[in-house]
Amino acid sequence: MKEKVKILDKEAVARAITRIAHEILEKNKSTKDLCLIGIRNRGVYLAERLADRIKNIEGSGVLTGALDITLYRDDLALVSGQPLVRKTEIDFDINGKNLVLVDDVLYTGRTIRAALDALIDFGRPRSIQLAVLVDRGHRELPIRADYAGKNIPTSKDESVEVRLEETEGVDEVVIIGKELK
Amino acid sequence: MTWIRKDLLGLEELNREELELILSTAESFKEVSSREIKKVPALRGKTVVNLFYEPSTRTRVSFEVAAKRLSADVINIATETSSVKKGETLIDTGKNIEALKADIIVMRHNASGAAAMLARNLNISVVNAGDGWHEHPTQALLDIFTLKEKLGRIEGLNVSIVGDIAHSRVARSNIWGLLKLGAKVTLCAPKILIPAAIEDMGVAVTNDIEEALAKADAVNVLRMQFERDGETAFPRQLEYFKQFGITAERLKKAKKNIIVMHPGPVNRGIEISSEVADGANSVILEQVTNGIAVRMAVLFLVAQAQDKLANITKDEPSLS
Amino acid sequence: MKILIKNGHVIDPINNLDEVRDILVEGSKISMVEKNINVDADKIIEAEGKIVMPGCVDMHVHLREPGREDKETICSATKAALHGGVTTLLAMPNTDPAIDSLENIKLLKDAIAKSAKANVFICAAITKFRQGKELVDVAGLKQDGAVAISDDGASVDSDELMLEALRSAQEAKIPVICHSEDKKLSDSGVVNLGFTSTRLGLKGISKESEYKRVARDIGLAEKTGAAIHIAHISCKESLDIIARAKKKGVKVTCETAPHYFTFNEEMVLGFDTNFKMNPPLRSKEDVAAIKEGLANGIIDVIASDHAPHTENEKEIEFERAEFGVTGLETELAVAITELIGAGILSWSKLIEKMAINPSRILGIDKGGLGIGKDADIAIVSPEKEWIAKKENFLSKSKNSSFINKTLRGFVEYTICQGKVNKWNS
Repeated sequence: MKEKVKILDKEAVARAITRIAHEILEKNKSTKDLCLIGIRNRGVYLAERLADRIKNIEGSGVLTGALDITLYRDDLALVSGQPLVRKTEIDFDINGKNLVLVDDVLYTGRTIRAALDALIDFGRPRSIQLAVLVDRGHRELPIRADYAGKNIPTSKDESVEVRLEETEGVDEVVIIGKELK
Repeated sequence: MTWIRKDLLGLEELNREELELILSTAESFKEVSSREIKKVPALRGKTVVNLFYEPSTRTRVSFEVAAKRLSADVINIATETSSVKKGETLIDTGKNIEALKADIIVMRHNASGAAAMLARNLNISVVNAGDGWHEHPTQALLDIFTLKEKLGRIEGLNVSIVGDIAHSRVARSNIWGLLKLGAKVTLCAPKILIPAAIEDMGVAVTNDIEEALAKADAVNVLRMQFERDGETAFPRQLEYFKQFGITAERLKKAKKNIIVMHPGPVNRGIEISSEVADGANSVILEQVTNGIAVRMAVLFLVAQAQDKLANITKDEPSLS
Repeated sequence: MKILIKNGHVIDPINNLDEVRDILVEGSKISMVEKNINVDADKIIEAEGKIVMPGCVDMHVHLREPGREDKETICSATKAALHGGVTTLLAMPNTDPAIDSLENIKLLKDAIAKSAKANVFICAAITKFRQGKELVDVAGLKQDGAVAISDDGASVDSDELMLEALRSAQEAKIPVICHSEDKKLSDSGVVNLGFTSTRLGLKGISKESEYKRVARDIGLAEKTGAAIHIAHISCKESLDIIARAKKKGVKVTCETAPHYFTFNEEMVLGFDTNFKMNPPLRSKEDVAAIKEGLANGIIDVIASDHAPHTENEKEIEFERAEFGVTGLETELAVAITELIGAGILSWSKLIEKMAINPSRILGIDKGGLGIGKDADIAIVSPEKEWIAKKENFLSKSKNSSFINKTLRGFVEYTICQGKVNKWNS
């Protein structure tokens, strides 16, 4: 048995996404040249939800894309379980755009490093910002989130699980702790 | 599904899930070749050695492009420039390459089983780029990938393979791959080019080209080599073309959208007419394009499996 | 020197003995076979629970000396033989030089006298250089010590020459051992022709290449009245032909090797060259037929076809690797495991095929434990299991099909001409 604590429920997840959508608009002033790039897997669904909210608020839509960073990881050999290589789908020119990278959890920062490398291979965006649902600390690289749904202080032996309707059938964020003795 | 093989030696040894993993991975890799910067750093710092004991430009270049798009360093060794002629054994050559700290050997060899033998004796990965008459797994994978891309599925398709089945590694790999993925396979060739007991693989055999084309969703046309080993495999080229050549005339009686594949290089007017090779049903050039994606997937998977095996005892930090 | 073997289960079919007995060896001979022998012996071997049998007579061995001492020598092969419970072997003539002349026989005899640890008999060639062109001096070679003739590894393709050879052999009263293979039909194949060769993309060796030549050799033997012995039978069709010939009264005997009753062609599927031999491993049905042939007596002899090759000649591309596997050190245990274990042969039938029949065919006084006979004895723990390990082989070459296989029946002692060898692994 492992200890589990629910940090965000369905409503809290929805509120966090709405708040981030507002913040993105506030910072970027409009949806012009604004694009959301979700990092596979859950970042893609979060990006789509953010795009929905932005459209509701602003009335105009934003482009979204999906980024698979497997091929850019620096730790392929170390990952437990084999990462599947999935498709990157960015069907628009990113040159001169304001990109918002979207991911579920920000932890060491290595995923974001890989994502930045991947994006640079696609072109030269004007700016890249980062939105995450949860920031759990323990950065290993000089990377920070521009938008965070919730900051959750964790210890390294805990893990944070984001579950989404699209992937797990439920919206929630859970901290899973050490093995209970 | 986890890929755990350090080598890719043939399709006979793979199960359906492994085949599907390669195909789906290749799908992702195909996107890379459509980018402006056609390169990802996945195999940065890895060295791929193309060890070719038979002349082959197409396969070698395809592997080289695939490796380079993955940022690997590529070294080409062809028989002319190697120590093969000095009588070095294959294992010695392999061990020397291993000692150079190369990570993957892509080997083409004229002896069946050469890749298996090398793989057994080395810790680094071996990818079979064709061994004798035995297997040519990446060619079959790219054929199957192309077929799936065109028709959306493999399960239930009727695929005919026409030509020198007896001496064809492409045929053997295609048969294993297609059958495992649920296709029905028909072989068509002159009797002397049908190897013993091949029906036991689970294929149908015919000597009648029209029968082979009648129900086919796709036909894979093999390259005919008439001067192999000084054997008179089939007497006259023209005679072959007359009896087995894929012509527009013959395709008229086939399904309208029949896919025509050929592993290349094409012998125009011998196994296939120019009209068909360049025609609307032909996917020959798409096969070449897809070859890159499939080979990228294979190189990536075996490299990863190798790293995995090397790191199996290390800590596995999570990444987020 | 007196050696007393106590309380062993002695199986000596020639003397109708299958009971617990003591055996006394004096010098190089057997001097007593009795219950409870009480004499002062220099050495006592306690053999309770063990089988005491005549040492095996392997009539198909490639010593490689002279010419290829890097593969095997008379010394290493005979040590390997003793390790496997074989006390007598027949050396095949495909050495360099081939054993095709009086000079070369003398050369070989001298080498044997100098370094053999077991009894070695000589099989001379049928034709000069084993090229199938010119007959050797059959009578002369027999006089000089050859007990059989064979172009082993090759068959005499010319019907006329083979006929002439059989006539000479019949006159000289020497058996002809036939490597029955029509190379035109086997056509540089390397594995059994069929699904296996197709699957592996390797050239196949048809069964026809074997049985058609078996039929020819038998036909010519019948014509001449010569005694022929067909080596290494691998397929059912050959057995059917031999069975019919035997029924007709043709003087034909035949042998198979342990790999042919243990493995089928599927063993080759990993391209392991330790399963590459000639004739090749055949189908499941053929393996069953070989077992049946052993059970019903059509197959007279089990011989190893011990064919040592260096690693450089074996651990290479399959189609380029040499044919053949070693077998002296495993054949008895394999036969016990596969044939006695499965109820195909009794111990006495096994001894017939591995000691008595070969002796009878070659006309040598071996294969029994009678009083006054050479003390060539194997003492075996019948139920003891052991793993055939590369590093334990005494042969210079390690190309065995049985590496890492668990075998039942362990040779504890081999006594050859009264000299005792004790084995621990």
